Amino acid sequence: MSSWGIVLAALGYLALLFFIAYKADRRADAGRSVINSPSVYALSLAVYCTTWTYYGSVGRAATSGINFLPVYLGPTLLFTLGGVVLQKIIRVVKANRITSIADFIASRYGKSHLIGGLVTVIAVIGIVPYIALQLKAVSSSFDLLARYPLLIPPLRDGSLSFLTDSALYVALALAAFTIVFGTRHLDATERHEGMVAAIAAESLVKLLAFLAVGIYVTYGIHNGFADVFNQARGEALLDALRVNRDSAASYGGWFSLTLLAMLAALLLPRQFQITVIENVNEDHLRRAMWMFPAYLFAINIFVLPITFSGVMEFGLGLDTDTFVLTLPMAHHLPWLALLVFLGGLAAATGMVIVETIALSTMVCNDLVMPVLLRLRPQWLQAKQDLTGLLLNIRRGAIVLILLLGYLYFRLAGEAYALVAIGLISFAAVVQFGPVLLGGLYWKGGTRPGALAGLIAGFGVWTYTLLLPSFAKSGWLSETFLTQGPWQIALLRPQQLLGLTGLDEITHCLIWSMLANMGAYIAVSLLRMPNAIEAEQAIRFVDNKQSLRPGNLRASAADLLPLASRFLGADKANEAFTRYAQERGVGDIEALPADADLTYFAETLLAGAIGSASARVMIATVTEEGAPVGIDEVLHILDEASQIRAYSHQLEEQSKDLERASLELRAANERLQELDRLKDDFISTVTHELRTPLTAIRAFAEILHSDPKADIEDRKRFLGIILVETERLSRLINQILDLAKLESGSGGWRIGPLDISDAVHAAINAISQLAQDKRVALEEALHGPFPIIQADGDRLIQVLINLLSNAVKFVPAETGRIKVEAFVSDKEIRVAVADNGPGIRPEDQEIIFEKFRQGGGNILTGKPEGTGLGLPISRQIVTHFGGRLWVESQLGQGATFFFTLPRTAEETAG
Amino acid sequence: MNPRILIVDDEPNIVVSLEYLMKKEGFQVAVAVDGEEALVKIATFKPDLVLLDVMMPKKSGYEVCQEIRANPEQAGIKVMMLTAKGRDTEVAKGLALGADAYVTKPFSTKELVAQVKAMLAA
Amino acid sequence: MPHRLRLTAQRLVALFLFGCLLFNFPLLAVFNRDGDLLGLPLLHAYIFGAWLLVIVLVAWTTERNPS
Repeated sequence: MSSWGIVLAALGYLALLFFIAYKADRRADAGRSVINSPSVYALSLAVYCTTWTYYGSVGRAATSGINFLPVYLGPTLLFTLGGVVLQKIIRVVKANRITSIADFIASRYGKSHLIGGLVTVIAVIGIVPYIALQLKAVSSSFDLLARYPLLIPPLRDGSLSFLTDSALYVALALAAFTIVFGTRHLDATERHEGMVAAIAAESLVKLLAFLAVGIYVTYGIHNGFADVFNQARGEALLDALRVNRDSAASYGGWFSLTLLAMLAALLLPRQFQITVIENVNEDHLRRAMWMFPAYLFAINIFVLPITFSGVMEFGLGLDTDTFVLTLPMAHHLPWLALLVFLGGLAAATGMVIVETIALSTMVCNDLVMPVLLRLRPQWLQAKQDLTGLLLNIRRGAIVLILLLGYLYFRLAGEAYALVAIGLISFAAVVQFGPVLLGGLYWKGGTRPGALAGLIAGFGVWTYTLLLPSFAKSGWLSETFLTQGPWQIALLRPQQLLGLTGLDEITHCLIWSMLANMGAYIAVSLLRMPNAIEAEQAIRFVDNKQSLRPGNLRASAADLLPLASRFLGADKANEAFTRYAQERGVGDIEALPADADLTYFAETLLAGAIGSASARVMIATVTEEGAPVGIDEVLHILDEASQIRAYSHQLEEQSKDLERASLELRAANERLQELDRLKDDFISTVTHELRTPLTAIRAFAEILHSDPKADIEDRKRFLGIILVETERLSRLINQILDLAKLESGSGGWRIGPLDISDAVHAAINAISQLAQDKRVALEEALHGPFPIIQADGDRLIQVLINLLSNAVKFVPAETGRIKVEAFVSDKEIRVAVADNGPGIRPEDQEIIFEKFRQGGGNILTGKPEGTGLGLPISRQIVTHFGGRLWVESQLGQGATFFFTLPRTAEETAG
Repeated sequence: MNPRILIVDDEPNIVVSLEYLMKKEGFQVAVAVDGEEALVKIATFKPDLVLLDVMMPKKSGYEVCQEIRANPEQAGIKVMMLTAKGRDTEVAKGLALGADAYVTKPFSTKELVAQVKAMLAA
Repeated sequence: MPHRLRLTAQRLVALFLFGCLLFNFPLLAVFNRDGDLLGLPLLHAYIFGAWLLVIVLVAWTTERNPS
C-alpha cells in the first residue's frame, strides 16, 4: 500500500473530524448543542481507550494473560459510583468554575499557586511518556502498513533522521490539529464543544474498527469464540488465561491494578477534562454510568480471540502489539487493515488532543500565568487585551508537550520504558487521588499537607517506577536496580525495605500511597486549616458557597474592564449582562458593588486564568468591604491574622499589586495613626486640662468648707488658684492656637519683614523675665538681612517661645543666652543658644511633639509650661517653608535653630 | 497611732492640697514626687494608704502599684489611684493591677476624704 | 424526590461494593481453574459475565427513574 495513499486516508479522516468539530461549534454558538446528549457524553469518555488499549491490550494479553482486564474493570467500578462521587466533583467544579485537575486541587487548598504548579509538573512528567506511546503507535502502524504486503516492520535505529521520521510528522500534525481544535477561542468555562463532538466520533470509529477486526478474526478466520479457545487449548495457550498461579500476591496485583485504573479514570488530566470540565449537564452522568462501562466491555470482548489467533498464526516472534493490524494484513485484507490503522489513529488523536488541551490549560493557568504575575506584573498590567496572550501560551504549551513526547519517543526508542509506560503514567496521576478525594470529603486537609502528600507520593513514584524504568532502558546502571544505590540492598527501588514478591506497579502503589496519604494526613493535622483553607473546604466538602462569599467587594465598573482584559470585551459584557438579569437588575451599571458580584467576577475570571490567579487579579480592584452583623465581625476577628497573612502573600505575588496595595495600606495606616493620635491628643489634653482644674477645685473646696483657715494659708491657696487659672487659660489659648495652625486657617498676616526687627521685639519682650532671673541676654545679628514675606507676629511668637524656654532652663545668675542670625544664599538662619542643662539625644525630637516636654529641669522635677510651645513654633516655621530643630549635648547647653528660605524674599524690595 | 498616708504626685499644687486635707484629718503624711521616690518612701515610711498619681516621671503609678502588690511585706497597704486620665480602660487597668480605688481628677475633696477614711477602716 | 435519590445513591454504593467483591479474591480464585462454560474458559466467562451483570444492574438502577 503506498505511503501517500495512507497519508491521504489519514488526512481525509482528520478533515472529517475537523468538519464534525466545526459543525458542533457552530451549532453550539447557535444554541443547539450536539453534545448536550448523554450518549455523546458517554462516548467521549471513551477517550480513556488510547492506542495502549487499541493495540496494547492484545500485547498485554499475550504476555500476561487475563491481567489486561483490571484496567477496564476499575473504571467500571468508578462509574458505578459516578452518581455519588463524580456528581459531587462535577457540582463543585461548576460552582467554582474550575478549569483543570490542577486548578481543582490548588483551589481546594486555599487557591495555592504552588500546589497548582506542582500538580501541573507531576502531570506533565507523568503524561509526556504516555503521549510518546501514542506517537510510537501511530508511526509504527503507519510504517508497518506502508510495507504491505510485507509483515516486517522497518528497523528503527539511531540512523533514522528526524526528517524522515514519520513520528515527527505525526507529532507536528497532531499539534496543529490540537491547536485548531482546542484554542480557537477562549471560553470562561474551558469547554470545547466541537472537540467533545469530535472525540465522541473518534470513540465510535475506534470501537467499530476494533469490532470489525474482532468479528473477522473470530468468525472469519475461526469459527466463533468456542473454536478459538478450543484451538488455543490445543496449543496449551490457555494457561495464560489464569490469574498467575494461586498466590495471594497475584490477586493483590490484580486488586491494585483495578484500584489504579479506577483512580486513573478520574485523575488522568484528559479524563478529568472530559468527565468533569466538559460535562454540560450532570444528568448525562446517569447514562454514562453504564454506557461507558458497556463501551469498555465491548472493546475488550475480542481481545483474547485476537491474541490467541495472532499467537497461533505468528507465534510470539512478531511484535504482539501489532496483531490487530498484522492479522488482516496476513489475510490480505488491505481495506480492513486501513480501517484498523484509522481506528488506531482515532485512538491516538483522541488521547493526544484532549490530553494536550488539558495539560496546556494547566500549564497556562497554573504554571505560566502565576510566574508572569510574579515576575512581569507591570507588563501584564499594561496589556489591555490578554485573551491573545492566553491563547498563545496554550498554543506554545501544546507544541512543547507534543515535542517533548516526540523527544521521549526518540530517546526511549523500543526500550522497556515505552511498553510499560501506560501503567507508569497511571501510577503518576494516581498520586493526585488522596489530596483530591481527601479534599472532597475531609475538611481538615491543609495546603502544607497537600503539598507534603503530593511531593512524598511523587517522590516515591519517581524512585520506584520512573528511575527503574530508566535503568531498564539502559539510561541508568543496572546495579541501581539489582543492588540498590550505594549497594544498600534495603534501598533497592523495586524491593524497597526488602518488600519482595510484588509486581512493580503494586509495589509502587503500596509505598507511594503510604507516603502520600501519610504525609498528607500527618502534615495536615499539624495545624488548623486557616481561613481560606477552611472556606474552600466548605465549598468543596459541603459543596455550598460559604456564608461569606469573600469579604472582597468591588463595583461592576471596576470588574467589567478587568474581566474584559482576560475574556475579551464581548464575552465579559455578555456574562455580566446575564448575571445582571439573573439578579433582576436592568443593566450592568445597576449592579450593586457587593460580595456576590465580586465573587461572580472572580469565578468568571477563574475560568480563564485559574482560581488562584483570579483571586490576585480581583484583589487589585477591590476594597475591603465593611463587615455587617456581629457574626461577621467575630468571624473576621477570629481570622483576621490569617487573612492578613494571606493578603501579604498576595502582595508578594505581584510587585505592581504590592505597590498599589502598599499605598492603600499606608494610607489606611496613616488614617488609623491619625485616629490614634487624635485619640491620644484628646486624652492628653484632657489630662492637661484636668490637672490645674484639680488644684483649683481642691483649694476652692478647702476655702469654701473651712472658713476658719489660717489667713496665711488662705492667701497661699488663693495664690495657687490664680496661678493654676492662668495656666489653664494659657493652655486653652495654645490649644486653640495649635488647632488653628493645624487646620490651616492660621489667620496669617503676611507682610514684609526684616528678621532683625523680629529678634529685637522678642528680646524686648523677654528682657524683664531675664533680668528677674539675672540671666545674660546677648544678640549677634550678622546682617544685613533680605526683606522676606512673612507674618512678623508669628515669628516673634516663635522667638519668644525659644527665649522663654531658654530663660526657664538656664541657671539663675550664671545663665547666658545668645541670639544669633545669619544669612546665606538660600536662607536666613536664627540660633538661640543657652548654657542650660542640655537635652538628651533621645529627647531632641520628642520635645517637638505635643505635650511631650523633655526630661525637665533637674531641680524642680517637672518642667513648667504647657508642652505646646515648641510644637506651635515648629508649625509656624514650617508654614514659611523653614525648619526648626535643636542641637545639644547633655550638660553643655542647647541651641535651637530655625531657618526661613529666601524664596519668600520680596522681589520688589 | 494615727494612720500614715503617703501622697505621690508630681504636681506640687495638688500635693499641697492633698497634704492639707490629710493633715487636717490628723493623719501622718509623707510626700513623694515621682515613682522611684514613692517606692523608697513606701519602704521607709511604711504608709497605711498611698494616694498615687498615675502620670509621673521615672515610674508611672501603674508600675508603683504593681511593685507594691508584688511585695508580700506590703500586702496590707491600701492604694488609691488618682488620675486625670479617666478613660474606662485606664480605670480597668488600675483596678486590675491591684489598686483598691480609682479616683479621677478633679475630685471632690469631701468624697476623697470620706473614701480614704472608709478604706482605712476596712 | 430526595428520598428516591438517596435510595438510588445507596443502591449504587451497594453495587460498587458488589462489583469489588465480584472482581477480587476470593471469588476470583473460585473460578481461577481449568474448565469451560459454553466453550469459553471458565475464568474468562466468569469475569465477562460478572462485568455484564454489573453494567446491567447499574443501567437498571439509573435509567429506571429519569427525573
